[in-house]
Amino acid sequence: MPKDSGIGASSKRREDIRFLTGTGKYTDDINIHGQLYVHFLRADVAHAKLNGVDTAEAAAMPGVVRIFTGADFEAVGSIPCGWQITDRHGQPMQEPRHPVLAHGKIRHVGEPVAAVVAETRAQARDAAEAIVLDYDELPAVVDMKAAVAEGATKVHDELTSNLCYDWGFVEENKAATDAAFEAAAHVTTLELVNNRLVANPMEPRVAVGEYDRADDMHTLHTTSQNPHVIRLLMGAFVLGIPEHKLRVVAPDVGGGFGTKIFHYQEEAFCTFAAKALNRPVKWTSTRSEAFMSDAHGRDHVSKIQLALDADNNFTAIRTETYANMGAYLSTFAPSVPTWLHGTLMAGNYKTPLVYVNVKAVFTNTVPVDAYRGAGRPEATYQLERVIDMAARELGVDPVALRRQNYITQFPYATPVAVEYDTGDYNATMDKLTEIADFAGFDARRKESEARGKLRGLGVNSYIEACGIAPSNLVGQLGARAGLYDAATVRVNATGSISVMVGAHSHGQGHETSFPQVISEMIGIPEDQIDIVHGDTSKIPFGMGTYGSRSLAVCGSAMVRAAEKVINKAKKIAAHLLEASEGDIELKDGTFSVAGTDKSVAWGDVTLAAYVPHNYPLTDIEPGLEETAFYDPANFTYPAGAYACEVELDPETGHVKIERFSAADDFGNVINPMIVSGQVHGGIAQGIGQALLENCAYDADGQLISASYMDYAMPRADDLPFYSVDHSCQTPCTHNPLGVKGCGEAGAIGSPPSVVNAVIDAIQSGGMNVAHIDMPLTPSRVWAAMHAARTDAA
Amino acid sequence: MKLTMKVNGREVTGEVEGRTLLVDFLRSDLRLTGTHVGCDTSQCGACTVHVNGELVKSCTMFAAEADGAEIATIEGAAAEDGTLSAIQQAFQDHHGLQCGYCTPGMVMTAASLLKENPKPTEHEVRQYLEGNICRCTGYHNIVKAIMAASGQEMPAMAAE
Ligand code: FES
Ligand code: FES
Repeated sequence: MPKDSGIGASSKRREDIRFLTGTGKYTDDINIHGQLYVHFLRADVAHAKLNGVDTAEAAAMPGVVRIFTGADFEAVGSIPCGWQITDRHGQPMQEPRHPVLAHGKIRHVGEPVAAVVAETRAQARDAAEAIVLDYDELPAVVDMKAAVAEGATKVHDELTSNLCYDWGFVEENKAATDAAFEAAAHVTTLELVNNRLVANPMEPRVAVGEYDRADDMHTLHTTSQNPHVIRLLMGAFVLGIPEHKLRVVAPDVGGGFGTKIFHYQEEAFCTFAAKALNRPVKWTSTRSEAFMSDAHGRDHVSKIQLALDADNNFTAIRTETYANMGAYLSTFAPSVPTWLHGTLMAGNYKTPLVYVNVKAVFTNTVPVDAYRGAGRPEATYQLERVIDMAARELGVDPVALRRQNYITQFPYATPVAVEYDTGDYNATMDKLTEIADFAGFDARRKESEARGKLRGLGVNSYIEACGIAPSNLVGQLGARAGLYDAATVRVNATGSISVMVGAHSHGQGHETSFPQVISEMIGIPEDQIDIVHGDTSKIPFGMGTYGSRSLAVCGSAMVRAAEKVINKAKKIAAHLLEASEGDIELKDGTFSVAGTDKSVAWGDVTLAAYVPHNYPLTDIEPGLEETAFYDPANFTYPAGAYACEVELDPETGHVKIERFSAADDFGNVINPMIVSGQVHGGIAQGIGQALLENCAYDADGQLISASYMDYAMPRADDLPFYSVDHSCQTPCTHNPLGVKGCGEAGAIGSPPSVVNAVIDAIQSGGMNVAHIDMPLTPSRVWAAMHAARTDAA
Repeated sequence: MKLTMKVNGREVTGEVEGRTLLVDFLRSDLRLTGTHVGCDTSQCGACTVHVNGELVKSCTMFAAEADGAEIATIEGAAAEDGTLSAIQQAFQDHHGLQCGYCTPGMVMTAASLLKENPKPTEHEVRQYLEGNICRCTGYHNIVKAIMAASGQEMPAMAAE
């Protein structure tokens, strides 16, 4: 019988009511009396020397209050990068200045060059058209390998080259890894592209800056996944505003997927201009602007090699990746191809030697940073594609090859510096075998073939690292912040509870799932508990939501704070019941003395805390409110097995997803309905990457996929119903809830199975196609099949 | 120019520029911020409303063109006392929304679909949602919610 409340219940989401009735409060819904509007004039060339910005005519246009250019921000800090990588030779990465508005040089299409502030949005936009830019175009740096070739044009003149860093991991393993390749019985080599994507949360970014001169108080309303991080980065590094004079509010946020983690120029601009003009300043991104200013994702070009011995055991993995940073370093950009990618390159397998080399490259493109999965999809894709290819080359079953090499003993220290605490990869593969109905595949294939179609089955495993992250560890790895989280549990006099959490919910349903945990711990109804998030003036602190960390890190802080509350409440109950504290038990919202019928209700204890007439005032303070900070001991390691079944039209190259199945191990699950929803969304994004989405630049650095006309978003009729299961549960061993995180798994686990399935379908038609780069559009698939047919003829 | 229209059963008047889009009039002038803007190429459907009973992307229509029209937005979908419509309730019951940004457009689109086709197949639902993008849900639970709202049995694959 499924539970109807508490941990494990599919409680319906309370936040849905406001979203379903149009009463959600997103940042663009905020309008402040007297507000001005800013329109950013954005570069329409990729690379140029900027000689001047003539604003004279525009400044005289109706409604224009002021026009800002790069010169206005010379005294202001650089948009900071939050992570410093140390290269193979022990040197720090190259880190260019990132101005709020372009100054002296334009480095990517979409870079803001001038900002027009006017009384209405239309006036600001009209005036921007009258600004005249004087620039000399420079050759655009677009291709990564060309960017790091001798004599390449430099994106940043002050740097020695376009190479941000050349990272080796683990450098000490390199020689041994190379030796293992020498000794291998079989080596499989695959070169592939992990296509550049745009996160595309449906709500474009918005910022509203506000300034109260009397209190010298700044407020920024922004579409952020982590308001405290924005306060930290913008306050300390860009504008020099101390924390107590800067409030950052992220109200309802319409999806993030990573791209709303980062601190952007527009936020700094609106905060700065609100003070300069002493009026609120609002910016609302259009979708076209979003395409050329939201940090992009992925964009790796990789070569991976897998070495096997004569018994098909994996003996070594070696990779070389070029990772596009874009024109500037976005907040977490340097960490994505390194610590979020290299550390996962062992996958689910007991390969003794792994060596990862990553060259991060500056180009004249939009900055690239974390997008759902961030580094882990890139690692998984390489590994799970090369394993499939190896299985084909060796003529063995790809599932059997994986099972043979699975890690089965835990904890397991990988050769890439992380320790998996727990897992059971065979269990998820067993579950997948069942839900994906492998047994029925041959019959389905025959049925497809009878209709002149090809059918393919693709399978893969994945592992990822969530619950980011132990602060002492990430500090050693170059993070410039701690990655703990915080929560305050405030119990009111009548026993209801407000929990202030550092995690931010922008679709994840924290307002529903977090109370389930407190309800379970105390035994009061979920509706007695509310979650407060998204406002630095209301919550103690927090590093926000990304890397599937909310429950594993912030949820753990909440549990710790609730434990403190319960301990104090037990003391009060002991006093009221005239018993010793050690004998007090809390169950179903009632404190009782073990072995007696003496009891007192939760609400009577909380009332006593606030009306302490009969209260141990000499021993404990009145009130019932506790805060906890939680710093995780390790990452968490969700893992699973995914299967995709496609039908391919050999005439057109069109791929249709017929079935998609996911068996995940997320450890303990708080709300299964929400978890399934997270997996569905991740799978859709992964299928989008595999079949549809591509952020494309031409050789001149023009973004040629800058709207939904050109960037193919997955739509309802591109996708099937998914079969998802999370009943395989090996609880995390080091956090109090035993949870691992589920937000990114779908996007990490799905691209390889889609591509594996398409290759399987093509090969079943007798065509020798080893690999096709994503997205597997009909034209690419058709071209690959056509080439194979021509070769064979 | 001046205009008058009936929005969710109430008569409203306003003063707009010729270039003001219907969605901007709804959001900025009437403060009906449930209707969202997700794109600038009429591709996403976040702005979907009903104009004289027809499904319309309110970013594709000038406010002036809606002079005299009857408009229904998400704010009018629930009953006066706040009781959700069958479609809204099905979206909550089946977790058909996450961040909620596409949701008003999805609900308005679903209402039109079920008016035209009270018992749509899964395929018909997916086809009808062609103009509405959701980045969060992967559509699984949206399709499921709409089929549930139509009172149909769920296909086996939609069970999870
Ligand atoms: S805002 Fe109207 S279709 Fe996107
Ligand atoms: S629920 Fe977020 S876009 Fe649909």
